[in-house]
Amino acid sequence: MNSPAPIIADSSALATTRFTVPGMKCAGCIGKIERELPKVPGIVAARANFSAKRVAISHDPAVGEDALIAALLALGFEAQPVADNPLGVDDKERKRLTRALGVAGFGMMNIMLLSVSVWSGADGATRELFHWLSALIALPVIAYAGRPFFASAWMALSHRRTNMDVPISIGVILATGLSLYETITGGGHAYFESAVMLLFFLLAGRVLDAVMRDRTRAGIGALLGRLGKAASVIGPDGSTRRVAAGELEPGMLVLVAAGEALAADGAVEDGGSAIDNAMLTGESAPEPVGPGAVVHAGAINLSAPLRIRLTRVADDTAIAEIARLMDEAGQSRSTYVRIADRASRLYAPVVHSLALLAFAGWMIAGAGWHQSLTIAIAVLIITCPCAMGLAVPAAQVVASGALLRRGLLVKDGSALERLAECDIAVLDKTGTLTLGTPRADIAALGAEARSIALGLAQASRHPLSQGLAATLLRAGAVPAAITDVREISGQGLTGRWQGVNVALERPDGADQALATRLRIGTAAQTITFADPLRADAAATLAALQAEGIAASILSGDRAAPVVAIAQQLGLASVAHASPQAKLAALESLKAQGHRPLMVGDGLNDGPALAAAHASIAPGTASDASQQAADAVFIGEALMPVALAVRVARATMRIVRQNFGFAIAYNLLAVPLALTGLVTPLIAAIAMSVSSLVVVGNSLRLARAARA
Amino acid sequence: MTGLAFLIPIALGMGLLGLTAFLWSIRDGQYDDMDGAANRILIDEEDEPV
Repeated sequence: MNSPAPIIADSSALATTRFTVPGMKCAGCIGKIERELPKVPGIVAARANFSAKRVAISHDPAVGEDALIAALLALGFEAQPVADNPLGVDDKERKRLTRALGVAGFGMMNIMLLSVSVWSGADGATRELFHWLSALIALPVIAYAGRPFFASAWMALSHRRTNMDVPISIGVILATGLSLYETITGGGHAYFESAVMLLFFLLAGRVLDAVMRDRTRAGIGALLGRLGKAASVIGPDGSTRRVAAGELEPGMLVLVAAGEALAADGAVEDGGSAIDNAMLTGESAPEPVGPGAVVHAGAINLSAPLRIRLTRVADDTAIAEIARLMDEAGQSRSTYVRIADRASRLYAPVVHSLALLAFAGWMIAGAGWHQSLTIAIAVLIITCPCAMGLAVPAAQVVASGALLRRGLLVKDGSALERLAECDIAVLDKTGTLTLGTPRADIAALGAEARSIALGLAQASRHPLSQGLAATLLRAGAVPAAITDVREISGQGLTGRWQGVNVALERPDGADQALATRLRIGTAAQTITFADPLRADAAATLAALQAEGIAASILSGDRAAPVVAIAQQLGLASVAHASPQAKLAALESLKAQGHRPLMVGDGLNDGPALAAAHASIAPGTASDASQQAADAVFIGEALMPVALAVRVARATMRIVRQNFGFAIAYNLLAVPLALTGLVTPLIAAIAMSVSSLVVVGNSLRLARAARA
Repeated sequence: MTGLAFLIPIALGMGLLGLTAFLWSIRDGQYDDMDGAANRILIDEEDEPV
């Protein structure tokens, strides 16, 4: 490391405070923070964690949090103090498994060294010495590294259930006990290496599994870390005080400084700025906001202070909802998971009975109790249904993690199964194929007209005003100072600019629904709005076509715009569809034996989303639609829809491969073990490799989503 | 055979050394910031003027 962690001589006298620093984007930022901060009086050392976007500062306790934040701000980084474990994300499990893996690895290598010597012909006193040494190493190693399995097996047994850790634990304990007996009586065979090797490879599988889960959560975790931890609440008298995020209440008015992260959802009351919404939408381009705009916790205010009236706080925020959905995805109960669970549950007693039968059978055949026990242990280890238990969850965890990084949130594993089975797609128009927000055509406006229009439009919550203001801000317009702004519902906005009457008003002629007229003095200009197609709509439909899924439009909108878009995209279309008609259309598709995929956002799509075989809603959809849908995609691209189908199909392919492999492995291995052809060592290797093959096969899905 | 008296303790000692190093590296948090480690190599040291 170029900048080693400074050694603190007297750490007891120092306080350590952690800050989240979202602005840390490159190596230069790390260097700057770690080099410059200690030059501030009272700060002893600073250490940046780039992955977590956090900085830990060791400082004199006399230096307060505010001073540290000011010091970071002086370097150009907005910072928020965080609690020690702000996300509640626990990587202890992974660390514990990794430590156990290290210990098992050490034991395995040393015992193997001794075992190889025994196998190559060491005998007599040497063999006994080696066996004793192996026992000496193996017992503590097994006690330590086997704990995750023993604990889980004990949990299952004490609830009178059995899981896949039970046969593993019994196998390991039996093998150890038998080897110990052999060692004490000076016998020729000890199986310490088998027991330890089994633990090592199983732990390797568990660690991989934990890493996969952590990575799936990491996306959300990193995002949650960017949530504002506190907000400056404006009191009735205009004074501000800091309130922790957990104590905020809806209805509070907060002041969000430039660079600050929002701690709760709300609507802008006052001020115009741009916010970085990357956390929610994955969109990195700043989004202009003005009065009335809805902002979400986790967004970062980029340019100017905003006064925000809070609407949803703490666990109700959009981002907390996403985190919850992710959790649901993790605990999914899909058909395949259920099959796998049932198989594992039924299979575990079979494993024990088989091992017992093998022991009894070989005893009756006169093999002697030692050989019979050895064979029984081999059967126990080799038939453990780990590979079968991992077949589905491993694939689903990798797939939903990969999709999440591409902007698609799959709610549960069964959704992946159903997405994979879809053979026809039905899409809504507004908000799904199109962006759903009106974009103004401002090409005809001069610079002065633009700034006047912006000054007026910012004052209103009307969707057209907001659309116009957003477009103008994006074009770099600066709002003109307009006085006496008045909004007349259904008519428009009026105001005065440099002594001239200005207005944004409804144009004459009722047919032009999506237009407004800008009047400056006596001059008037009409601004039209359009709801543009998502930029990659055509490419997405082509990608769906490539998967063999034909798409059609089913819209509740008027015929003319629906037909125009259908022609542009080359799709069949149905317009004027009521919610009932949409539902009926999907039911008739299902009656024809199709498995329709519904993509829609409006409330009117809700029943259709629920009725479809699988459904996807955009992140801008109504809450009801998001609830009804199997998956939600965020951002302006439609491509996640096609990606979801492709990855879902790849996932099911992998799941079937995993199942096939697990079954084939057992069909092959069990008879071999029963006939006594497999030693406990080979059984340990075979069983562990089968689990690793399943995990490794599932990891290929991460690549499938990337391409 | 007397060689074993030296070689086995040496082998065990080296293994233990590796294990200790591994456990220490976990405790020291060397796996906590993998992205940061990749970036740190790009930080320019402030060279003393020659």
